[in-house]
Amino acid sequence: MDLKVSDYTTDDDLTVINVEGEIDVYTAPKLREKLIDLVNKGKYHLLVDMEKVEFLDSTGLGVLVGGLKRVRAHDGSLELVCTQERILKIFRITGLTKVFGIFDSVDDARENRKKQK
Amino acid sequence: MAPEIAPRTATVELTFSPLPVHVRTARLVATAVARRGGVEETLLDEVRLAVGEACSRAVEAHQQQCPAEPVRVELRDGADRFEVVVTDRVPNDDPAAGGTPEVSPDLAELNGNLNLGFAVIAGLADDVNISSTPSGVEITMSWPAKKD
Repeated sequence: MDLKVSDYTTDDDLTVINVEGEIDVYTAPKLREKLIDLVNKGKYHLLVDMEKVEFLDSTGLGVLVGGLKRVRAHDGSLELVCTQERILKIFRITGLTKVFGIFDSVDDARENRKKQK
Repeated sequence: MAPEIAPRTATVELTFSPLPVHVRTARLVATAVARRGGVEETLLDEVRLAVGEACSRAVEAHQQQCPAEPVRVELRDGADRFEVVVTDRVPNDDPAAGGTPEVSPDLAELNGNLNLGFAVIAGLADDVNISSTPSGVEITMSWPAKKD
């Protein structure tokens, strides 16, 4: 299955990126381009919704880490929405659960963001 | 006369041009052979991911060094183990090393330049062996399989 990537920005200036399909060595460049494009447009607070991601490999992890570096250069943030155990397992194996904020839903992430303000 | 009984150990071999799009095919074939070979359903995701990681690494290495050479995958359906061997043709490539200077910035970023692939393989495969030889790198992974 190909990768579908779309985004919208909430009224609290959070850009939610919906990702659907498989993120692997073939499709990861599409996600990378989206993240770069958003940062170039001045969107520095990103939330990647991975609930419809069916497969994620280390290439996809690398793209997310690259995106995190980019937004942090602008004092921004990149967090994730993910409840799928098979995807979360990859983050745990690589130790990236300590790097990314991972939430159960977009609403949870937004709530957390409000608390931190 | 009854046909000869097939041997218990079968090998499916797959070779593919080092293109990212073919890694998905390798994952699908590996998962299908693993399922047929008696690997538990709960482990099939791990097989799929680990094979994909090993093939992605080989594709990257081939694209840098020998893009005309195919990547080779052997799927061995053994008596009590399902074994996968992914072989590249890049001589003396140290798979444990970090990003090499020849890697383009784009490719380095796609891979996170962190050797995340090996961390994933080591975390998922039940048994892993990585050997670097003058003819290339061989990654051998295996999982338990039950025969009815």
